[in-house]
Amino acid sequence: MSKGIIISPDKCTGCRTCELACSFMKHDNFNPKDAAISVLAFDEVGLQVPMTCLQCDDPHCVAVCPVNALEKDENTGVVNHDREKCIGCKMCVSACPFGNMTYSSRLKQVIKCDECGGDPQCVKLCPSGAIVYKELDSSMERRRNIASCFKEAFGEVIR
Amino acid sequence: MYGWTGKIIRVNLTDKKITIEDLNMEDARLYLGGRGLASKILYDEIDPKIDPLSPENKLIFMTGPMTGTYAACAGRFNVVAKAPLTGTIGAANSGGHFGPELKFAGYDGIIFEGKSDTPVYLHIYDDLIEIKSAEHIWGKDVFETTDILLKENEEDARVACIGPAGEKQVLFATVMNDRDRAAGRSGMGAVMGSKNLKAVVVKGTKGINVADKNRFIEATLDARKKIKENPVTGTGGGLPTYGTEVLVNILNESHALPTRNWKESYFEDGDKISGEYLTENYLVRNKACFACSIGCGRVVRIPDGKYKGIVAGPEYEAGWSFGASCGVGDMNAIDKANHVCNLLGIDPITMGATIACAMELYEKGYITKEDLGGKELKFGDAESIIYWTEQTGNREGFGDIMALGSYRMAEKYGHPELSMTVKKQEMPAYDGRAIQGMALSYATSNRGGCHVRGYMTSPEVLGIPVKTDPLVTEGKAALLKTFQDLTAVVDSSDICLFTTFAIGLPEISEMLRGATGLEISDEDVLKIGERIWNLERIFNIEAGFTKKDDTLPERLLKEPVTSGPAKGKVAELEVMLEEYYQVRGWNEEGIPTEEKLEELSLDKRVLAAV
Repeated sequence: MSKGIIISPDKCTGCRTCELACSFMKHDNFNPKDAAISVLAFDEVGLQVPMTCLQCDDPHCVAVCPVNALEKDENTGVVNHDREKCIGCKMCVSACPFGNMTYSSRLKQVIKCDECGGDPQCVKLCPSGAIVYKELDSSMERRRNIASCFKEAFGEVIR
Repeated sequence: MYGWTGKIIRVNLTDKKITIEDLNMEDARLYLGGRGLASKILYDEIDPKIDPLSPENKLIFMTGPMTGTYAACAGRFNVVAKAPLTGTIGAANSGGHFGPELKFAGYDGIIFEGKSDTPVYLHIYDDLIEIKSAEHIWGKDVFETTDILLKENEEDARVACIGPAGEKQVLFATVMNDRDRAAGRSGMGAVMGSKNLKAVVVKGTKGINVADKNRFIEATLDARKKIKENPVTGTGGGLPTYGTEVLVNILNESHALPTRNWKESYFEDGDKISGEYLTENYLVRNKACFACSIGCGRVVRIPDGKYKGIVAGPEYEAGWSFGASCGVGDMNAIDKANHVCNLLGIDPITMGATIACAMELYEKGYITKEDLGGKELKFGDAESIIYWTEQTGNREGFGDIMALGSYRMAEKYGHPELSMTVKKQEMPAYDGRAIQGMALSYATSNRGGCHVRGYMTSPEVLGIPVKTDPLVTEGKAALLKTFQDLTAVVDSSDICLFTTFAIGLPEISEMLRGATGLEISDEDVLKIGERIWNLERIFNIEAGFTKKDDTLPERLLKEPVTSGPAKGKVAELEVMLEEYYQVRGWNEEGIPTEEKLEELSLDKRVLAAV
């Protein structure tokens, strides 16, 4: 069983400390545009959603990479990016169905979450518990998350 | 460059000229950034005697050396100009995401000067800086303006703008950013409107460097840990759980919650405007500003009735001004009135307090139904707080008079003593008769009646960092001096004042050292705060303020509190003020002495002016 980053948008306060922790750790520089995690805000409904690589089991980014710079580590579950092999073609950026793969023109490199080798900095600094790093207990964890959305929606009507 | 970006944008709106200037590092070292640095620039560049709404005034947006980093709650910026409501120096700060974005674009601040002949806005995208027409958004509210500007520029840009109130120069109009965050007090929005400047749109893709990575990480993690473990700011603490409205029940129980225009100090419906009530019945979720680990902001749902909808919840001050101060215990109406303030760009403290003053004028027969366009205006009427906020923001009917604030309004009808103001700015939600240090804080605040220049409620009511007796006057002057100086440091580092419930001078100084590389002692950092305080004081002296302006409304000096532990008390200002001038190193007229100016490396031109 492997660990992974789990996101709960309902807990996110939109402070974007995760973006800062990521860019500072990886690039010694506070720049949300270079972070592998972003918080998307929907101000009209007061909702913030952190988005980062989901480390897919069948990653499209890996499938399209022409030089095998991306590889799924079956032990950790992380899709690793090898900057030495990468030619910067950005096929992976196009292929990711979630837009979680980005390219920094400033750094001239693909930005991809590697879970900081098992000690994700965004999790460490998240003040609200919206981003956690834990054992992925089959699919129940995510199911419970989604189920809680139903609870919110229907609970509202009943109330 | 570490911490600071080292660049400032200067925009002359009269001749549409944009220049990029290097940050004066000597000033940065002596004033840090934000409120302090912008005040220094303002003092150097304008005559403090000018009309605040004339083109001679300058409007300065300024971030701090830690804005944009993950230093604890360091996402703020200040807006500084000579203030139209008070005639003092004005400075208002705001959170949200606008300040950091300006840093990411590569700039510490923007200086606006002159006046545009037509409505314009400034668009910044890294090195691209352009003045664009705002004809199509002039007259639109803050939310609509923001939506349009994001659509026609970059959708992930950040917008600071004024609403109709700023355009029409309501004297307490705000500069709003990220929709519902406000640089609220001092009327900075009116200055922006007087320059025909509708908005600033900014997007940045550059990063911010810090001097010593490990030192900065260690200092920040230490500060964040203390904030997280603190009973006010931390997990499960008062601010994250209940928002700033958590203070309502605390202050009400102390009989220090000014009620019905300060006639009383206990509100019988206090629980209905409390943080507990808001959380239980309205809260959707917490919302934090950039890099904030507290998250006191509220997203609330008005569940039913004609104001139904999701809005930004009121802060303690707005809940008080529209609530207790107007005798209104209706949270739906308070939420709505606060939302109208956000839409039109109005300071809710002055707005609610001005309505409360009008209610008393009406009660006493000094203003009539005819003055009010055929309407009644009674304490406790929930409809009134919304109606008159809209009228004021749009300057319609009697709202045109309310737009001048309570002092000018009450003066017009012959009773300025009913305006609960200091230097013409409305005092907020803490009764200075029941909290003596707050009385001194109001009287000496450099921007008029204000609680966030020296938050004496912290030691006197909350017991942070140490509990002092709120009814005792002795020793309050020295304590206030420290609070005022440290707050100036906080506002100039542009971190959130709420961090100081959990951290103090050593933690803030260490983060500053890590970020900027400056080798300055904690004492030197506090000295920066004292320098800023004295600079603001000098500005006000040159603007014409004297000792007689360091006072309070007659009601606080002569009418005793009617209930609670402070029953029978008035604000004992005179004795505290004398002590205050002494600990400040000022003469008996409240003017900094030559030695004090020397000690703080301040210009001595003020001595020639008095």
